[in-house]
Amino acid sequence: MSSTTVTPERSGFSVSEYIVCLNGIVWREALRFLHQRERFVSALVRPLVWLFIFAAGFRQVLGISIIPPYETYILYEVYIAPGLMAMIQLFNGMQSSLSMVYDREMGNMRTLLVSPLPRGYLLFCKLLAGTAVSLLQVYAFLLIAWFWDITPPTIGYLTVLPALVLSGLMLGALGMLISASIKQLENFAGVMNFVIFPMFFASSALYPLWRVQEGSPMLYYVCQCNPFTHAVELIRFALYGKMNWVSLAVVGGCTVVFMIGAILAYDPSRGLVRRGPGGGEA
Amino acid sequence: MTATDAHIANQPPPDAGAVAAVQPALSIGNVSHSYGPRRALIDVNFTVAPASFTALLGLNGAGKSTLFSLVTRLFGIQNGQIKIFGHDISRTPGEALRLMGVVFQPRTLDLDLSLTQNLLYHAALHGISRREARLRSAEVLTRIGLADRSGSKVRDLSGGQMRRLEIARALLHRPRLLLLDEATVGLDVKARADILDHVRQLVTEQGIGVLWATHLFDEIMPGDGLVVLHQGRMLAHGPMARVIADAGAQDVNTAFMRLTGTATLTGKPPT
Repeated sequence: MSSTTVTPERSGFSVSEYIVCLNGIVWREALRFLHQRERFVSALVRPLVWLFIFAAGFRQVLGISIIPPYETYILYEVYIAPGLMAMIQLFNGMQSSLSMVYDREMGNMRTLLVSPLPRGYLLFCKLLAGTAVSLLQVYAFLLIAWFWDITPPTIGYLTVLPALVLSGLMLGALGMLISASIKQLENFAGVMNFVIFPMFFASSALYPLWRVQEGSPMLYYVCQCNPFTHAVELIRFALYGKMNWVSLAVVGGCTVVFMIGAILAYDPSRGLVRRGPGGGEA
Repeated sequence: MTATDAHIANQPPPDAGAVAAVQPALSIGNVSHSYGPRRALIDVNFTVAPASFTALLGLNGAGKSTLFSLVTRLFGIQNGQIKIFGHDISRTPGEALRLMGVVFQPRTLDLDLSLTQNLLYHAALHGISRREARLRSAEVLTRIGLADRSGSKVRDLSGGQMRRLEIARALLHRPRLLLLDEATVGLDVKARADILDHVRQLVTEQGIGVLWATHLFDEIMPGDGLVVLHQGRMLAHGPMARVIADAGAQDVNTAFMRLTGTATLTGKPPT
C-alpha cells in the first residue's frame, strides 16, 4: 500500500478548512451564475420593467407624501426602488432554492451533503453564496436606476450593503427551507403562487403602508406581519443612511428562524421531510 | 451469525501496524430502516475489512441504495449502528465521512462545469487548499487518462468517462473506504471491465476497502467478500467461496437463487 494514500487520523477541522470550503461553495455558485447569463438578464429585466413601465404609469395616481426616511416629496420611482431591490433578492432566494431542488433531483446535492464538514455550516455557505450573487444583481440594478434619476446619497450605496446582506440571508434561508420541503421540481410552480407573489404584493414594496391601511386595515396588519415588508424597509432606510430598528430586529430574527428551520430540514436525524428511497432526498 | 463471524477478511491488510488494520473499514451493526410502514432494511450486520473488495449483491429494491444512504448519512439511522474505521457515523460524522469516498448510482457531477472545476469543488468541500487540490486533480486526471480533457465540460464526456471521473473525485481526499453503488449501470462491456479493474487495483495497490453494490454476478470474483441482500434482509455474508458452499451450490448464481428463492439476476428460472 502506498503510504501517500493513507489519510492520517485526526479530529475536528481547522479554520483554514472552513474558509477553503466557503470559498469553494461561493466560487461554484458564481461559476454557475456566470454560465447562466440569461438568469442574470432576467433578474435585471424584471425590476426594470416595474421601474420603467409600472412606475411611469402609476406615478400620477400614486402620490407619495413625505414619510421617513425621505425628507421631501419623492417620485413614485424613487419610492419603489428599495422594494425592487428586495424583489431581486426575493426572486434570487427562490431561484437558489429552485437550484437546490434541481441539484437534489439530479443528485448533485449528495456531493455537498457527504462533505465531512458540519452540515449546518455547508448550508450556511450555500446561503452566503446565494446572497453574494444577489448583491451583484442589486448593484447592477442600482447602476441602471441611477440613469433613471434614482439617486440616493452616495454614502447610501455603502450603508445599504449590510442591509442587503441581511435581507439576502433571510430570503435565501426562506428559499432553502422551502426547497427542503419540496419533493419534486414540478411542485416549485406553487412557490410562485403561494410565496413570492403574496410576499411581494402584501408588503410596502409598491405602496406605503399608510395607504394600505386606508384601503384595508386587515391587509395592513398582514403587511406588518410580512417579513418581506421589513426587508424592504430595512433596505429603504439603509439606502438613505438611516436605521429602522424594528425592521432590523424582524429581519434578523426571521433569518435565524428560517436558517434553523432549513438546517433541521436537511438534518437526516431530525428531518422535517419524510424521505423515501430513490431520490426523495438528495 | 454474529457481527464478528461476519467479518470479511478475504484479503489481509498490507500494513498490519496501521490503524486501518485494527478497525474494520466499515461496520454495519443491526441496522434496520423503514419508510413509513414499509421495512427497507431488517437487522443487517456485516463488516468490510481494509484492503478488501466486498460485493453487496441484491436485486433492484433489495435495500442496497438505502444502505448506502445510511452509511453516507444522507438518511438518519433509525436502528443499529454504522462505523467507519471505528467512527460512529451518527456521533462523529465528520471523522467518518472524511475517511470515505462515495460513488452514487445517479450521476452527481455538475455537467456545466469542467472536469477540473468539478474536482476542485469536491476538494474544497473537504477543506483541501486550492493549490493542493490542483496538484491532486492533475494527478488523478492523468491516472484515469483524462488529463487532455481537463478543461472540457463534463457534459461532453461519455458515460464510462464520467464514471471514471466520479471514482477519481471520490478518491481525491484520499479516503480509506470506497463505496460504489451500481457504478457500472448503463455502461458497455469494456467500460464496465475497465472500471472494475481500476477499483480492484485500488484495493491491491492502495489498500482501500471497497464496498461494491451490484446486481451483476459477473462483477464478483472468487476472492471477494460477498453480502447477499434480499427484500431488506441479509441472507448470507462472508468470503464468496464460503457463501457458495454454505448454500450447497456450485456458483454464485445458483447460490443466489437458492438463498433468495427467486429467478436469477440474469432472468433464468431457478433449477
